Amino acid sequence: MTPSQGALQVNLQAVALHCERDDRELFSELSLSVSSGDLLQLAGPNGAGKTTLLRLLAGLNRDYSGDLLWHGQPLYDNYPDYARQRLYLGHLSAVKKALTPLENLRWLTAQDAPDTERLYQALEQAGLLGYEDTPCQHLSAGQQRRVALARLLASHCPLWILDEPFTALDKAGVSWLEGLMQQKVAEGGAVIITSHHALEGIPGLKQLELGGTS
Amino acid sequence: MSLVSATVRRDLLLAARNPGEWANPLMFFLMVAALFPLAVDPDPVFLGKIAGGVIWVAALLATLLSLDSLFRADVDDGSLEQWLASGESLFALTLGKALVHWCISGLPLTLMSPLLGLMLNLPGEAYTALILSLAVGTPVLSLLGAVGAALTASLRSGGLLLTLLILPLYVPVLIFAASAVYHAGIGMAYNGQVAMLGAMLALAVALTPFAAGAALKLNLSR
Repeated sequence: MTPSQGALQVNLQAVALHCERDDRELFSELSLSVSSGDLLQLAGPNGAGKTTLLRLLAGLNRDYSGDLLWHGQPLYDNYPDYARQRLYLGHLSAVKKALTPLENLRWLTAQDAPDTERLYQALEQAGLLGYEDTPCQHLSAGQQRRVALARLLASHCPLWILDEPFTALDKAGVSWLEGLMQQKVAEGGAVIITSHHALEGIPGLKQLELGGTS
Repeated sequence: MSLVSATVRRDLLLAARNPGEWANPLMFFLMVAALFPLAVDPDPVFLGKIAGGVIWVAALLATLLSLDSLFRADVDDGSLEQWLASGESLFALTLGKALVHWCISGLPLTLMSPLLGLMLNLPGEAYTALILSLAVGTPVLSLLGAVGAALTASLRSGGLLLTLLILPLYVPVLIFAASAVYHAGIGMAYNGQVAMLGAMLALAVALTPFAAGAALKLNLSR
């Protein structure tokens, strides 16, 4: 719960991004900046390019023009460094159904290499205590989602990039995740998410509406 | 490097949970050797002559059978996306995947091969050559196969394409390995063939992970 306190942990800038998909312009001249204390929600109708923009910002898709800057340097100049400081969680959660939540979490957090006690703590906070040795195929969709989200607790990354993290979560899960994001932002981290869920009362909330018209 | 070792550990754990996945190619390997004498000719002298070739063809096809799923599950559930997101080198990751694949396919094939040699009346002098050629040759099959599996990872039915892509690359391995076993059986030196297999292995370790990594990146950057 106590990440190293740098001066400004997060400073991600996008300048004049332009992206096309199948000859259809998703966005152009898009500039944004995310720094410590920000919670950026990408909104817009289906097909507006939310996930595409998120993958661009995460450094997973280079099919764009414009500039992405991490602490003022082009993002791909030192990609491994950036990769260690941002946590990307996509639609696909990388949870293996044949493995237990504990085994899954150990792989998901391998780069941070937390000790087993910390993994148990994360599972407990995710409401999975008692299920840590049950293969994930016997868990519900919401519980599998919680396994994927438990890695947020065991990681030190200051920047979270989450694609539709509220999918399949129940009401308690939604408010738990909102609390986590709020805490991250308060600690000086930053969160970028796509969601149709109305986030309210979280300080630092910024919204970016992507248009869906071609 | 910790993600690589975690991946190796996770894949071995997955293999232990789903024994069917790796046991099927082994059964295939065993079946070929069991059915061959029934279908062709049970004459021990004849069988002894062709044993090395039959075992190697069966090992090659069994490896091919197990390759299709090498990366597909990881593409489907998002594990591969997390690899790319981790910023770790894809070289080490694909090398690790190929190593795990060899541990659950090539290694058991190598360990089982003396039994098949017995079933096919392999000449006594050829056992060392058989085990040696499989121990050096099957890692090459796994490494080359990883390139094909990476190229076809996001295709729904990439099995046929994978076979067409990879089989020509397997032919040199098959020729040198079968030749080593045959020459050992008739009492001739076979170290030249094994040296060639070793050279192929060195080349495959150095080059194929680059190709497989690039192919995976291509698959996911859309």
